[in-house]
Amino acid sequence: MSEPYSSPSSDVMIQFDRVVKKFGDHVVLRELDFSVKPGEFVTLIGPSGSGKTTILRLLMTLETADDGTIQVGGEYLSHMERGGKLVPADERHLRNQRKRIGMVFQQFNLFPNMKVLQNVTEAPVRALGLSKAEAEQRARELLEMVGLSDKIDAHPMQLSGGQQQRVAIARALAMRPQVLLLDEVTSALDPELVAGVLAVLKEIARTTDITFLCVTHEMQFAQDVSDRVMMFDQGQVIEDAPPEQLFTQPAHERTRSFLHAVIDRAV
Amino acid sequence: MSSGLMSYVWEGLGNTLLLTVFGALLGLVFAFIAGLGRSSERTWVRGIAMVYTEIFRGFPSLVLLFALIFIVPTFGYQLNPLFAGILALALNIGAYAAEVVRGAVKAVPPGQIEAAIALNFTPWQRLRKVVLPQAVVAMIPPFTNNLIELLKATSLVSLVYISDLTFSAQLIRASTGETALVFFGLLVGYGVIALFFTAIMKLLERMAARSLGRTVPSGLFGRKEVAA
Ligand SMILES: Nc1ncnc2c1ncn2[C@@H]1O[C@H](COP(=O)(O)OP(=O)(O)OP(=O)(O)O)[C@@H](O)[C@H]1O
Ligand SMILES: [Mg+2]
Repeated sequence: MSEPYSSPSSDVMIQFDRVVKKFGDHVVLRELDFSVKPGEFVTLIGPSGSGKTTILRLLMTLETADDGTIQVGGEYLSHMERGGKLVPADERHLRNQRKRIGMVFQQFNLFPNMKVLQNVTEAPVRALGLSKAEAEQRARELLEMVGLSDKIDAHPMQLSGGQQQRVAIARALAMRPQVLLLDEVTSALDPELVAGVLAVLKEIARTTDITFLCVTHEMQFAQDVSDRVMMFDQGQVIEDAPPEQLFTQPAHERTRSFLHAVIDRAV
Repeated sequence: MSSGLMSYVWEGLGNTLLLTVFGALLGLVFAFIAGLGRSSERTWVRGIAMVYTEIFRGFPSLVLLFALIFIVPTFGYQLNPLFAGILALALNIGAYAAEVVRGAVKAVPPGQIEAAIALNFTPWQRLRKVVLPQAVVAMIPPFTNNLIELLKATSLVSLVYISDLTFSAQLIRASTGETALVFFGLLVGYGVIALFFTAIMKLLERMAARSLGRTVPSGLFGRKEVAA
């Protein structure tokens, strides 16, 4: 990249700087700018197919941007500085960046070949170098927090969707991330299982200083936990406000019609 | 049958089992190298693996065996005939089984690999801890077919005077003249060995399914997997 870039600052946890993402000719992110402060809970809303998942996947380094830069905790995510220039990051740099970021997926993605406890201990042992005893101790605490102490020896296949998602949350937390990405984590669940998962997330948001970037259609949940809500459409953030303001008096017509559609669907 | 003829049977059985087991083990090595090679991100690795599978799937095992036994010596090596048999069978079955490995690896849901990346596994750990343990479960039923194909193909080695079960049957037939009875017995023999290997594979399949928290209904011919 030839343009000068802004110097990383430490009062910003996530910083998108003119990020462009295309799939073929289809431009999903158009010079997207936004930032999230440390400890903030930010919810992303927007129409289906608008690119919310893409934003989270870029942060998890599951996709690479076509242009622009992303910084997390003041460090470039998918770029490295080489002789005053930014070059694409190598695997080692990416692995260092991923240490600080966790993600919970819509489809849980627990490892079926590992029992519940091992799902939570495997990564801390492999990637953080924790001893097995330390990792197990921590996994037991986390599984107790998500209310699954009695499922430690179960296979993921033997759990309900809601239980699987709570294990997935414990598994992500076991890596002690600074940033946690949540992509429609209750969308695949039966309605009666949603509340349990949301309660766990609320508790984590309240008791930790983790920075959250959350995509959800659970508007009540978003209103309860978010510091800010960003309405995202056509590759740009079109409205960014505290939840009480965005949900009650949206400034943009598109936000208003989107909220109408979502709330109509809910009743 | 005299004890002299029985000793032919035991020698033949031993060599047939030896060819099948070692052919399968060596074939498994070829299958994993080529199958994972075909799943590689590097073009040249994929290329080599593809050339191997395409070429060796096309060769009849018998021609390959003749080549190893009659062509290789012109380069100054003399292969042990039994080893040449194992190698020819393994190269051939490995090329088929490589496709099984590739298909099973490809069938692991992308979400599994993405979760492993999100948890900061290295590429090797993703393969070793997440992809392979799941893929292997899917490989076992088609591997059973490969193994039975291999068992049947071992009879070809009798044509290069390796004393496998078929070769022994020819000797017994020549010395007794009981052609119909001997070949009938030979069919029964291969059938029993095939059932034996199928039962072992079935056991492996159930163990593998259990590692994913699934169960396979018991019975030799139970195929369908159900949730526990
Ligand atoms: N791997 C891909 N290849 C091609 N197109 C893709 C790919 N991933 C996403 N897209 C496209 O990018 C756009 C944004 O997708 P994305 O999944 O980010 O949307 P979303 O806002 O999360 O939608 P939803 O609310 O339905 O989950 C969509 O039009 C989608 O079809
Ligand atoms: Mg999405």
